[in-house]
Amino acid sequence: MGRLVVSPEVHAAIRQHGEQTYPNECCGIMLGKNIGEDLEVWMLIKAGNTRTDSAHNRYHIAPQELIGAQREGRKSGLDILGFYHSHPDHPAMWSKTDFAEAHWFGCAYVITATDGDKITGRATITKSFLLTGTSEDDKAFVEQEISIEPD
Amino acid sequence: MKIHIPTPLRAFTDKQETVSVEGATVNEGLAALVATYPAMQANLYTPEGKLRSFVNVYLNEDDVRYLPGKEDSPVKADDELTIIPSIAGGACCLAGCCCR
Repeated sequence: MGRLVVSPEVHAAIRQHGEQTYPNECCGIMLGKNIGEDLEVWMLIKAGNTRTDSAHNRYHIAPQELIGAQREGRKSGLDILGFYHSHPDHPAMWSKTDFAEAHWFGCAYVITATDGDKITGRATITKSFLLTGTSEDDKAFVEQEISIEPD
Repeated sequence: MKIHIPTPLRAFTDKQETVSVEGATVNEGLAALVATYPAMQANLYTPEGKLRSFVNVYLNEDDVRYLPGKEDSPVKADDELTIIPSIAGGACCLAGCCCR
């Protein structure tokens, strides 16, 4: 099982984004490189959450933002390795919705729990789940180690 | 036309991130892609032959679903198609979720 390798700055930025958008969910795109079995994140792109109708428990990234990230990746020699989002006042565990909407096989889905008083929230636990499989029929989320390593 | 392949589908295109195909419409381009890489079929299309709902296809900057001709929209040789699976989810419906 490969790890998700992030710098302290990237790890902090993912968690801070969840605190900034609390009590709503944040979301973003992780770019980097496959190093062996590991996914090494080099760059984050913060995305807007288009689910303004239910932003406290749903997220959606506009396809245009994904296309922009893919273009940025081509320019920088990086790939989209995964995505992150937050779960305000809910555990850092994938939900049925997360699973149903997960289609990027081989990519990491990072979830940060943010706990608060509905006004301000703090990031608590951050976990990464690798979407294994190659189709809708055999896909599964498997928790993977997040390794925080200086650049 | 060029077709840009997203990370999770490159396993089916010999790791190619961009594939060049011939075709006069979006549909023809996608058909040419599937003809070259048959394993793409099940990931792009339902068993009934419709594009899967979570598969977004963009012709240059435009979502094909919102073009007048949709998947039959004409394509020029220097156009670019981008296949991009959707990204969505959220805490709903974990235990304790307010939607329960």
